[in-house]
Amino acid sequence: MRSFFKTKTAIVLALSATVGTASADGHSGVEVLHWWTSGGEAAALNVLKEDLSGQGVGWTDMPVAGGGGSDAMTVLRARVTAGDPPTAVQMLGFAIQDWAGEGALADLNTLAAEQNWDEVVPAALQGFSKFEGNWVAAPVNVHSTNWVWANSAIMAELGLTEAPSDWDGFVAAMQAAQDAGYVGLAHGGQAWQDATVFDSMAMGVGGPQFYQAAFIDLDPDALGGAQMIEAFQRMETLRGFVDDNFSGRDWNLASAMVANDEALFQIMGDWAKGEFINAGQTAGEEFQCFRVPGTEGTVTFNSDQFAMFEVSDAVAMDAQMTMASSVMSPEFQVAFNTVKGSVPARTDISDAEFDACGQLGMAQLAEAAAGGGLFGSMAHGHANNPSVQNAMYDVITAHFNGEYDAETAAAELVTAVELAK
Amino acid sequence: MATDTSVDLRTRLQNWLPKLVLAPSFALVLIFVYGFIVFTIYLSFTDSRMLPSYGLVGWENYSKLFRIREWDVAITNLAIFASLYIVICTVIGLLLAIFLDQKIRGEGVLRPIFLYPMALSFIVTGTAWKWFLDPGIGIENTMHLWGWESFEFNWIKDRNMAIYTIVIAAVWQTSGFVMAMFLAGLRGIDTEILKAAQMDGASNWQMYRRIIIPQLRPAFLSAFVILCHLAIKSYDLVIALTGGGPGNATAVPATFMYSYTFTRNQMGIGASSAVIMLMTIAAIMVPYLYAELREKK
Repeated sequence: MRSFFKTKTAIVLALSATVGTASADGHSGVEVLHWWTSGGEAAALNVLKEDLSGQGVGWTDMPVAGGGGSDAMTVLRARVTAGDPPTAVQMLGFAIQDWAGEGALADLNTLAAEQNWDEVVPAALQGFSKFEGNWVAAPVNVHSTNWVWANSAIMAELGLTEAPSDWDGFVAAMQAAQDAGYVGLAHGGQAWQDATVFDSMAMGVGGPQFYQAAFIDLDPDALGGAQMIEAFQRMETLRGFVDDNFSGRDWNLASAMVANDEALFQIMGDWAKGEFINAGQTAGEEFQCFRVPGTEGTVTFNSDQFAMFEVSDAVAMDAQMTMASSVMSPEFQVAFNTVKGSVPARTDISDAEFDACGQLGMAQLAEAAAGGGLFGSMAHGHANNPSVQNAMYDVITAHFNGEYDAETAAAELVTAVELAK
Repeated sequence: MATDTSVDLRTRLQNWLPKLVLAPSFALVLIFVYGFIVFTIYLSFTDSRMLPSYGLVGWENYSKLFRIREWDVAITNLAIFASLYIVICTVIGLLLAIFLDQKIRGEGVLRPIFLYPMALSFIVTGTAWKWFLDPGIGIENTMHLWGWESFEFNWIKDRNMAIYTIVIAAVWQTSGFVMAMFLAGLRGIDTEILKAAQMDGASNWQMYRRIIIPQLRPAFLSAFVILCHLAIKSYDLVIALTGGGPGNATAVPATFMYSYTFTRNQMGIGASSAVIMLMTIAAIMVPYLYAELREKK
């Protein structure tokens, strides 16, 4: 009995030792930290998983739920501080730059040169995927955020044959909808949603130069100036077309209001399209998409990227490069983005498999990229670092909820940004 | 001689055993509570942003902290929330305890009913109350469905009233627990004194006002201290109930601290706000502990 026990213990010890060493140096896979946990997102990610397993690269999933990824970033911080970073991490905008600045990211230059990333990825996107001229992340998609999603049935009922072409037409359409008993603008009162709308208002009032000066260069004159005040005034106008019960509502519930014939418009990024498609609707038929009036020709974007963390052993590095290469392959970009609702991060891909809104988005993205109208979205952390972004959130959401008038809000914006810089 | 050493060993062991058993937990607490408090205080004087960094910047984080408008909002909200929460919980808790103390039938059933909300986490309370209070699906909607069309209760969507909805949910959660503390206090009062007072012709009201409530002083103090620190660290309830909104109307120091430290990459300012919160608690706890320790002597 005793000897049996001894052998058993020995076997267990031996096993655990082998398992231990196997996972320590035989890392023939990638560990991916991400927050794509909803149905559509998970399905999109599966495309990548299967592609990699076809190439003999294993996948260790490390999902951290929570839209926007702030929880995922907290987990990441803990992992990196403990000296055990995941291989690849889904990241947005300035987070990539911050981590690259800490010296934590791997160098993808060789692969990028081989596959000509410099040519096919728009320059505005490269600004986030590269740190000091070196590729550190592989962009997966481009979401543009200055979209209006409209209910076709209500538009027809109100006699709106086509999308409003200017701000006044847009306001008149919402007024007509409100008079007919609908909600003019479906909106969820969360800070990031208020900021998403504000992005488009600022772009619509001041155009690209103003957007650049205010949100990217943080010029105090632009932040507190007349155009900013007008942008805030437009927010007040929009506030008049939002129902009373908006605060704290999730964005997808606001999309559902448009899908269910309760509301005419929603201003939201193209992830909203996924909700319409989930509801069995088709772009161009039950719902329509157009750019927020005044922002035509420009695209404010955010882009999901996979940042690659520095790993030490060669096997893991191989797996990492395979993953980066797969992410950038045209097949994956098409397969992923048709499911996710966004458009590919490369501008050299055929739009044949995309729906009407997807094709419009791809054409406009290429046009904006060529004409210098492609800007990182302030609301989605692609115009400035998180501290400035959140400082702006505070002011915008406080104003939208009636705490400030437009002049005070513009003045507060200057102070808030100064403190956060 | 042999017995002497064994007795000696035994007493020595008996002396050492408690210390040995306590040592690991003592060391853990020393590092993971007090060590990190010191670390946080140190961080609050550094230029830390995304990760801890050790360049000292003096009082800059504190001066910035007090210029941030959201911090003012958070402090004001905490003042409103804490004062209402503590007072209402204490009053309701005391009244419930007094009623339950009337030797009524079914006390055994009633006590856990009142105490039960405490068993729920603040996240559950917050989510449930979020639904109750939401005008679109909660009480207001129900009243409309029952035909009371003019009924209006939209505090949770109102910037000026939202903080009071948090008080409602928090009071619902904790007053049963306060009741239990007072009930224990009431049961500990010597009945002889009460009988004597009764014979002297004291009315019920006089007995409570002059004899019973003054004797509950230790229970009042414990309730106050517990409610105080629950109020200052209130985070989960706010997040679940309003997410800090509408706008940032219900931000409290705890949500402020989390957001600055972990999502805004301004760890230095986050650490300084945490230190301010610690100081607030210390300002309450230190006099209390001092009083407690003196009483023992």
